[in-house]
Amino acid sequence: MRRKYPSSCLAVTASPGHILSVRRGVIVSKVATRDAYGDALVSLGKKRNDVVVLDADLSGSTKTAKFAKVFPDRFFNIGIAEQDMMGTAAGLALGGKLPFVSTFAVFATGRAWEQVRQSICYPNLNVKIVASHAGVTVGEDGGSHQAIEDIAVMRVIPHMTVIVPADGPETLQAIEAVAEYKGPCYVRTGRNKVPTVCGEDYKFQIGKAHIISEGRDAAIIATGIMVAEAMKARDLLKAEGVDAGVINMSTIKPLDAEAVVSAAKRCGAIVTAEEHSIIGGLGGAVAEVLAESFPAPLVRVGVKDTFGTSGEGEGLMKHFGLSAADIATAVKSVLAKKRSTKS
Amino acid sequence: MAVTEQQLTTLKDKARRIRIDILKMLTDCGSGHTGGSLSAADIATALYFYKMKYDPKNPGWNGRDHFILSKGHAAPLLYTALAHAGFIETAELCTLRRIGSRLQGHPDSKYLPGVEISTGSLGQGLSVANGLALSHKLDKTSNRVYALLGDGELQEGQVWEAAMTAAHYKLDNLCALVDNNGLQIDGPVEKVMGVEPIADKWRAFGWEVIDIDGHDMAKIVGALDTAETVKGRPTMIVCRTVKGKGSRVFEGKVEFHGTTPSKEELEIAMKELEQAVCK
Repeated sequence: MRRKYPSSCLAVTASPGHILSVRRGVIVSKVATRDAYGDALVSLGKKRNDVVVLDADLSGSTKTAKFAKVFPDRFFNIGIAEQDMMGTAAGLALGGKLPFVSTFAVFATGRAWEQVRQSICYPNLNVKIVASHAGVTVGEDGGSHQAIEDIAVMRVIPHMTVIVPADGPETLQAIEAVAEYKGPCYVRTGRNKVPTVCGEDYKFQIGKAHIISEGRDAAIIATGIMVAEAMKARDLLKAEGVDAGVINMSTIKPLDAEAVVSAAKRCGAIVTAEEHSIIGGLGGAVAEVLAESFPAPLVRVGVKDTFGTSGEGEGLMKHFGLSAADIATAVKSVLAKKRSTKS
Repeated sequence: MAVTEQQLTTLKDKARRIRIDILKMLTDCGSGHTGGSLSAADIATALYFYKMKYDPKNPGWNGRDHFILSKGHAAPLLYTALAHAGFIETAELCTLRRIGSRLQGHPDSKYLPGVEISTGSLGQGLSVANGLALSHKLDKTSNRVYALLGDGELQEGQVWEAAMTAAHYKLDNLCALVDNNGLQIDGPVEKVMGVEPIADKWRAFGWEVIDIDGHDMAKIVGALDTAETVKGRPTMIVCRTVKGKGSRVFEGKVEFHGTTPSKEELEIAMKELEQAVCK
């Protein structure tokens, strides 16, 4: 599907089969971050023979099936037993392997939270949890399957690194980065195709915010699929004379606090945007930094402490107030706060 | 290689001395799990002083067998075994549970060499043992993996998930043991939430099961030898034990799950253990 974006948003040429060659400003196709993960695993598996992958009967959905096809001996389906899967991954890490373990985010971080805490993070083992179907865009399966708490419950565990890639190309880089990094990691992927937002020369770094545009009036700090929405919101706002910056905060933990404070100093108003509860995720993390280091008006865009519901993805985004229009409204709201604190 | 009478006598005496050190440590510390440490002392002795390959001067030696104390609250037993095996000094045992100690209340692999994985939250160790066993299968290495579970611990659902995994992946390099001492915190296991018939359950899950008296050293050793010959499936050794085994002060007493001996109780127990005759 062709969609024209301003020239500030470049599409990148990713690995074969994904985004094909593009002209500046025009995105030719979109990629689901879970698909990018599947491809990244295969590529990693070819380079490193210590990589092993575990899944809990969802490999077709999480896309670990791609790895399973090429490396069946290194793929372990543990069945619908997520707690056991996390412990097994811990054991494989003890045995010198590099385990990537996948299922839906709600099960990886909910059902198996304690196993992640006790068997992986507490002993500080080198296990990479890459969970798909995060957020409300899981869609029709409904609230039981829509993880809106996973960032919150993962970031609170010591030793855990939490990453939410914004697009396919960033996912590819993030998977390589977590493979190199020594320690437990949680990476969140999504079900639906998302546009590419990271430029051709973007280099992902764990813990480093990606400043897409600086802005002057307010800064939108977004993560995951909300980065693309933030960019659309920025364009909506520009038409109304508001200059909003966009920051892709793909690492939630460790948060790039410096980038948050810089944005607050520069713009004086922050909006966070995540496909997650407004409690405890990116919004919570940014609020913590602002309150301690540089208090500034903040409005959090996210799921307002409610469970998900069945529906089609884009409709649910609007339903839960996660669209570009909602972000634009939040920016105007935070600007009102900014004005009232000044007067 | 059949065990000799002399070896058995040595092993029984080792178990006796381990029980003595456990009790001294716990009395000194004033906090820790007495009953479940004592009940598994013969099992741990057979593992560390008869069966397992390891190098106390090189705890990470990649030729080692692995022991996972899934019932992590029996940490005093593990620490004492590690001391007797030469991983740590016996003098360090009195630091149990103190701030900054390597001897945490439940085993912590971050601090103590010889501890494969941190445990303490029940039901998780067998999954980890499976992962280790799988890694050796991948590498085609012949290291063996041992996991010790409690009987109350069998109430945790994850144990049965791991049981399925071990059988499904044919982990014949894995041998688990249950310290079936019949008691848990709130009372007898069968009264709180019955887990019997234990042996039948593991057989139903596709394991080779050996059912023994967990204080009969010859039987324990024999079962560990047999486990090595089983092909195509994991082995579970169900060990019928007495919680608090070693002194009438603790034997069969629910209250000594997480209570430590008083000085007077220690004195009585020491007399019994020092006079114990190796049969």
